[in-house]
Amino acid sequence: MGKHNLKRRFIQLFCAALYNANLEGFKERTIYKGDGKGVCVPGLHCYSCPGAVGACPIGSLQNAISSKSPGMLFYVLGSLLLFGVFLGRMVCGYLCPFGLLQELLHKIPSPKLKKSRVTKALSKVKYVVLAGLVILLPLVLSIKNGVSVPSFCKYLCPVGTMEGGLSFAVGGGSFAEQTGVLFGVKLGILAVIVIGAVFIYRIFCRFLCPLGALYALFNRYSLFGVVTDQTVCTACGKCRAVCKEDIHLPGDHECIACGDCIRHCPVNAIRRKNPFVKRKDDKK
Amino acid sequence: MKKRKTVVFFVLLLLGVVFLTYGIAEGGYTATLQKAKYICLECIGIG
Repeated sequence: MGKHNLKRRFIQLFCAALYNANLEGFKERTIYKGDGKGVCVPGLHCYSCPGAVGACPIGSLQNAISSKSPGMLFYVLGSLLLFGVFLGRMVCGYLCPFGLLQELLHKIPSPKLKKSRVTKALSKVKYVVLAGLVILLPLVLSIKNGVSVPSFCKYLCPVGTMEGGLSFAVGGGSFAEQTGVLFGVKLGILAVIVIGAVFIYRIFCRFLCPLGALYALFNRYSLFGVVTDQTVCTACGKCRAVCKEDIHLPGDHECIACGDCIRHCPVNAIRRKNPFVKRKDDKK
Repeated sequence: MKKRKTVVFFVLLLLGVVFLTYGIAEGGYTATLQKAKYICLECIGIG
């Protein structure tokens, strides 16, 4: 593992620990109720996890849409805009504990599915998940039935099942008694994603994560991340071959800014965006 | 191209700050806190 990858792994581990700082919750089987819970964390992390000390931005967004609370909607959208405009999908590569888990699972020796036209097509599904399950369905259900349903969390999100569902359901008690068909289905989804992550790099992030889809919209304009200098690039395709994501060019909407491609570029056309360093070609 | 990116960046940044400030002033933080401090059974697949 290179020096940079080691640094990235350290940041990922630190974030996973920080998001789950309420260790007492795992012991007491309850959740943190302090003021920090009103602040959205940048990565996908269920706020019903016993360890969670912040709010999940996607869960909060669905609640804001379905509760028709303008204050909450503006607050969550403002948080997401700021995370996106500063970091873009760098959040996925550095600040998401579920991304870290999938990367670690992918290290298990096994045959790996290489990226192809199929995986590239599948990478578009996350935008459908964002539009359908996170925005439209909660909105339609709240207008039609007047009920608040966080559809993505309820029907698809494996993070909530793993961090919250399993923590509360395993070990008996009233939560275990309430589990039904839905919990079985969600466990199935979680199992598919966990097993799939061994064979397919970041299967959930690449194909299904609505938060990644949202941050992808900001990637080109974000302050930090990776950028390709088109005036230097010879379009040799080495970066695309090295990258495990379905990118067209480093820094595009699929790039999680891991930086693996930088050292492989034969003409040094790829670099990290650094707003604090003035470059000669900045006036171009 | 770079100039356009810079303009978009600052527009998004401004929008983010305005949204966040307005959201907090309208009770967005409190509403988020109220939702997040109770176990959401639907979110964890139980409800």
